[in-house]
Amino acid sequence: MAEMKKVATRDSYGNALKELGAAAPNLVVLDADLAGATKTGTFQKAYPERHFDCGIAEANMINVAAGLSTMGLVPFAATFAMFAAGRAYEQVRNTIGYPHLNVKIGATHGGISVGEDGASHQCCEDFALMRTIPGMTVMCPADDVEARAMVKAAYEMDGPVYMRFGRAATPVFHEEGFNFQIGKGEVLQDGTDVAIIATGIMVPEAIEAGKTLAEAGISARVINMATIKPLDEELVLKAAKECGKIVTVEEHSVIGGLGEAVCSVLAEKCPVPVKRVGVNDEFGHSGPAAALLKAFGLCADNIVAQTKTLLGK
Amino acid sequence: MTSDEKKALQLTAVKVREGILTSTHGAKAGHPGGSLSAADLFTYLYFKEMRIDPKNPRWEDRDRFVLSKGHTAPGLYAALANRGFFSVDALPTLRHIDSFLQGHPNMNTVPGVDMSTGSLGQGLSAAAGMAKGAKFLGKDVNVYSLLGDGELAEGQIWEATMFAAHYKLDNLCIIADINGLQIDGRTCDVMNTEPVDAKFEAFGCHVIKINGHDFDDIAAAFEKFHANKGTGKPTAILMKTTKGKGVSYMEDNAGWHGKAPNDEEYAKGMAELAAARAALEV
Repeated sequence: MAEMKKVATRDSYGNALKELGAAAPNLVVLDADLAGATKTGTFQKAYPERHFDCGIAEANMINVAAGLSTMGLVPFAATFAMFAAGRAYEQVRNTIGYPHLNVKIGATHGGISVGEDGASHQCCEDFALMRTIPGMTVMCPADDVEARAMVKAAYEMDGPVYMRFGRAATPVFHEEGFNFQIGKGEVLQDGTDVAIIATGIMVPEAIEAGKTLAEAGISARVINMATIKPLDEELVLKAAKECGKIVTVEEHSVIGGLGEAVCSVLAEKCPVPVKRVGVNDEFGHSGPAAALLKAFGLCADNIVAQTKTLLGK
Repeated sequence: MTSDEKKALQLTAVKVREGILTSTHGAKAGHPGGSLSAADLFTYLYFKEMRIDPKNPRWEDRDRFVLSKGHTAPGLYAALANRGFFSVDALPTLRHIDSFLQGHPNMNTVPGVDMSTGSLGQGLSAAAGMAKGAKFLGKDVNVYSLLGDGELAEGQIWEATMFAAHYKLDNLCIIADINGLQIDGRTCDVMNTEPVDAKFEAFGCHVIKINGHDFDDIAAAFEKFHANKGTGKPTAILMKTTKGKGVSYMEDNAGWHGKAPNDEEYAKGMAELAAARAALEV
């Protein structure tokens, strides 16, 4: 995929906020001293009066967002995934989730691909934490086009949303103007032997794996599951019935994320063999993002290998 | 404030205290001590200070109140019911399985509750967000938030205060109920939060110290809050109170932080409040 244009979805987040800001005067943005990194600085340059820096105080920021939302504003709160979902978990749970307030959390720097900063900043638990909050919509875009569409869709829906964006530039494979819908998965390649369900920056890897598997005579259906909650159960069950075996891929712990969400649906409604590709209950470490993703098996080669093993080939 | 006005507030405060006993007795649980220490404040806010409309609890331009010390919901509920947001007959259903009166305030079930709270340390941040939102929208809306003195040990309180001062939220009125007791004992023994005045001053607030059971003091404090608007500094009212105030056996006793009166205790407490009411009605 070296020939494809690459954009980090955190850049998409900042650009989408700026674009939306023009037509949405009630949209306000909060950050916790990371506007340069989360890219809300892009919005801040255009609309400084609507960008509230909260300093390094994420718990306060999340509850300030809750208060702002009750005044009829639509706050987007940004910080790294580790601090949005981790540090401020209980603030999100009790003061956004429980009252079901219209707050959007834009969490950047999700997963191992944070890179050199190492384990303290590589959040691989955010899907798990946010999924358990009743009424919370949890999403992770696969590329720049989807990320921008997702931010717009989040603004337009009423209720709390958690979105995870990436630090590293990743391939852009969607066409401009593609129809993004919250709660709907997307079949990127049809297939009948196995279905690979991926989310976030693992989707381009899954597409590549699908092509390699095709060369080996294995027909893999590749699905982009940008919404982790509410999960597109219909699409998961259809894949299980038609393909018989499922591989899930996420830049997240195999505990509590997309893989377990898919397994829960399948266990109750259509049990089929599953292989979860993700971070295997361990912490990350420092290194360049691309090398780390390979080291943790979050790459097309490992998806191919795991799929072949699952199929006994 | 005229003496008639003051007497009317004192009578209402007795009714609020009766509501606190009735609801916690009905619940066989709940937090009477800290509700009673703040009963005069709840009364003043809902019967004198705040611009609100019980017939239109979600009126956009109303003043807001966030009960950061959410466990004292019985006090808030008793004030709201007496003010006409819902019937006082509902108070004994507090914490019941089919009641809208949740153990801690729920903004989606209780008319008049502006923010769901209960997890200590979070309410003031939400109040600061409301105050910031009002300023941003150019609305003349005051936001009030009541904290417990034990709650001041939560670091987030100071994050929120710093935010309020940084964004010049002079429409935010922080009120701390300094009753000196928390679950495990005296606040000075459990975790000493003093000097509270110097802390709020250092964090950029106008600090006003009052007797939280004296309506003249309370009225003067809110007058100062209004006078402070335009200075760009939030106001912090530190009110010295007695936990369990108005019910003799509960006064200054940490054991009544989170315990309901039994039938006998309830009767005794209600008799004391009836006597207080009679003395005012002479």
